[in-house]
Amino acid sequence: MSIILDQVTYEYEAGTSMAQKALVQVSLSIRDGEFIGLIGHTGSGKSTLTQLFNGLLLPTSGHIYYNGADITEPDYDRRKLRQKVGLVFQYPEYQLFETTILKDVQYGPGNMGLSRLEVDMRSYKALKQVGIGEDLLDASPFALSGGQKRRVAIAGVLAMEPEVLILDEPTAGLDPKGRNEILDLIAKLHKERNMTVILVSHSMEDVANYVDRMIVMNQGQVVLDNTPKKVFCHYRELEAIGLAAPEVTYVMQDLNTAGIPVAKDATTVAEAKEAILNWYRGKENRGK
Amino acid sequence: MIRDITIGQYYSVKSPIHALDPRVKLVATILYVVSLFCFQSFSGYVAAILFLGMMIHLSNVPFTYMVRGLKPIAVILGITVFFNLFFSSSGQILWSWGPIVLSTGGIRKALFMAFRLVLLILGSSLMTLTTTPNQLTDGMERLLAPLNKIKVPVHEIAMMMSIALRFIPILLEETDKIMKAQLARGADFETGTIIKRAKGMIPIIVPLFIAAFRRANDLAMAMEARCYRGGEGRTKMKPLKYTRKDWISYALIWGYFVCVIVVGNVLYI
Amino acid sequence: MGMIQSDNLVYEYIRRNEEGEVEGIKRAVDGVELSIKKGDFVAILGHNGSGKSTLAKMLNAILYPSEGALWVDGMDTSKEENLWEIRQTAGMVFQNPDNQLVANVVEEDVAFGPENLGVESSQILKRVETSLKKVGMWKFRHRSPNHLSGGQKQRVAIAGIMAMKPKCIILDEPTAMLDPNGRKEVIDTIKELNRKENITVLLITHYMEEVVDADQVIVMDQGKVVMEGTPKEIFSQVPKLQKLRLTVPQVTQLAYELKLAGMPLPDGILTRREFVEAVERICHVNHT
Repeated sequence: MSIILDQVTYEYEAGTSMAQKALVQVSLSIRDGEFIGLIGHTGSGKSTLTQLFNGLLLPTSGHIYYNGADITEPDYDRRKLRQKVGLVFQYPEYQLFETTILKDVQYGPGNMGLSRLEVDMRSYKALKQVGIGEDLLDASPFALSGGQKRRVAIAGVLAMEPEVLILDEPTAGLDPKGRNEILDLIAKLHKERNMTVILVSHSMEDVANYVDRMIVMNQGQVVLDNTPKKVFCHYRELEAIGLAAPEVTYVMQDLNTAGIPVAKDATTVAEAKEAILNWYRGKENRGK
Repeated sequence: MIRDITIGQYYSVKSPIHALDPRVKLVATILYVVSLFCFQSFSGYVAAILFLGMMIHLSNVPFTYMVRGLKPIAVILGITVFFNLFFSSSGQILWSWGPIVLSTGGIRKALFMAFRLVLLILGSSLMTLTTTPNQLTDGMERLLAPLNKIKVPVHEIAMMMSIALRFIPILLEETDKIMKAQLARGADFETGTIIKRAKGMIPIIVPLFIAAFRRANDLAMAMEARCYRGGEGRTKMKPLKYTRKDWISYALIWGYFVCVIVVGNVLYI
Repeated sequence: MGMIQSDNLVYEYIRRNEEGEVEGIKRAVDGVELSIKKGDFVAILGHNGSGKSTLAKMLNAILYPSEGALWVDGMDTSKEENLWEIRQTAGMVFQNPDNQLVANVVEEDVAFGPENLGVESSQILKRVETSLKKVGMWKFRHRSPNHLSGGQKQRVAIAGIMAMKPKCIILDEPTAMLDPNGRKEVIDTIKELNRKENITVLLITHYMEEVVDADQVIVMDQGKVVMEGTPKEIFSQVPKLQKLRLTVPQVTQLAYELKLAGMPLPDGILTRREFVEAVERICHVNHT
């Protein structure tokens, strides 16, 4: 169970004078159950990559394998693939269209040829999981707040019960409260459904607390692929491509430069706190 | 697909035609198009082709680029020629089979129709190739200004056109995105009966309309916040002003018009 | 009187049913007292639905106060004869960069405001040039807005406001839809205009990092001003901010947590520099 990209290149408007390479010879392997952060600034190729994962786009050259089968083969059923690799686009609430929340969520599983009962069960389960109460099922999706709309849209993909869930900038445009709620929700889904989750973001700080693996993209290529901790060690390279490590990473570097020997690899506030307290307590003890 | 149509796509290059006032180009195009319908003779076509050829040469737009713009009308052209060729009989009949008649008059008519259509498309695309959409709306607003007197909201129409031009690419992109998002939810736009397919468009059309209204709302507020209150009292950063070359061009185009009518109707070849 | 002054300002959204009867009233802004000096950089914080955008729309006379009064540069916003002068004095930049640019060419868009004001052509040309140069977009003047990045579009929108020669700019979450690069571009531009042109800036945002340099921070919740003061004063109250579900910058959070754990750090640390200096001081005290 995995997605493998083998030397994938994608060109927009290939073969014309406007041709533009969005991805250049990308090779990647995504294992089952991983929680991945896909990072890069606008135009780095990360959105293109997400659409290749579920066959919405086909590579100009190279191959993509899902569970061992080559999805670029002409006779591969890419409609089925899209049900297994769920993709939540940026601002997914703008794709809501039904008269009630329940009907909107039913659209995805309804397209899969399942029984009425199965469609209903999946929809209820998905809505419950994203925290939309039963009192709202018959409400219009357009009457909801921004954050709630987004949850409904996520439930719409979730109800297809995909094996892989890809979310393109799921926190874009939300306030801090909404941001944390959505990220917590995604972490919960990863755990409860045991899905592979790929979280696309341009915010390092958002992602660092959640994912086990980070893939950093720049100019259509993977530049870093490691655990968040290891990736943030390359903070200078991150800066060079217009990204930045979380602020605490810099704090720890600055402390070291100032001659205060704290562990440099902290990437979250909790870790930094731990590291500084360690140093501080050790120092107090030595002082005594 | 939409990208293939060169009609209406500005070709950015410097030329005497590009430098003309858009009003001149609008009037010239109208006169030119009218002139094509004012003669039935070979000599008239020669005059029109000569004139257009000269204009294209002056415009610095590559001829091959212009011809590519004719591709979408190839089908219409074919049908026109076919019907005129086989279904009109005048002059000497050369060949016939049931209702289908090939005659010298028919050949002449088919040829003229084909030429007329090609000249029409090339001529009007020359205007859009050498004039930015902004200049066009500006020109139209100024040309139609007298209609204000009979309560035609000329400024508003021009503003609407210019806003439409700005938002068409954005809405096209949005459509593409919504389509992909619904495809990701298992939508199927390609198979099934016509009714099923039409129904399948609802998940695209509803969000698209909502998006368009949301944008319209936002834009209206932003325009008001920037003190927009209709055309009254508005000034222009670059107001249209006729210069000598524009007056000369007016004289030339009228000259051409009179010439073509005279040549096309008097010198009947 | 300052640039912006308000007295017990209230705004109520009235919801009506299909028969036009009043169904409910929502107080979006509830008894707000503002006093903003000329040339200040003021940030308004609060999560979605806190009333901050409604307040912004009142400042631009898009909405009129339901109760109380609001003055912009001494002009009463509830008087219709002041409408256009208020909008010229206090220009407004909105959240969505696409939905506020009117024209198909950058310079034409910047000219839109002055054209509406009936400024003479030669003057408009001058204003467009200086405004575009101020935001660093002069070389893009012949481009279509559709070919610009989000940050660049927002800078064009700011130039469009500058060309109206306002005394004050109100920015309603101008960075919410941008990536980190775009966000930095826009914030740097705003700060520079405030510093060099002495433009009063009212920045509505939910990104805490953007308000660190402000002269005054106003925190809103449920239509009311709940906190007001310098960034230092505001960020010294981490628990209160957390209760309002607002996040603080990572360094501030770290310093706060370390203090709770017993390290003698001062309140309201806002920057990495301050943090490192504070830790160094501890180091120094222990040495002597």
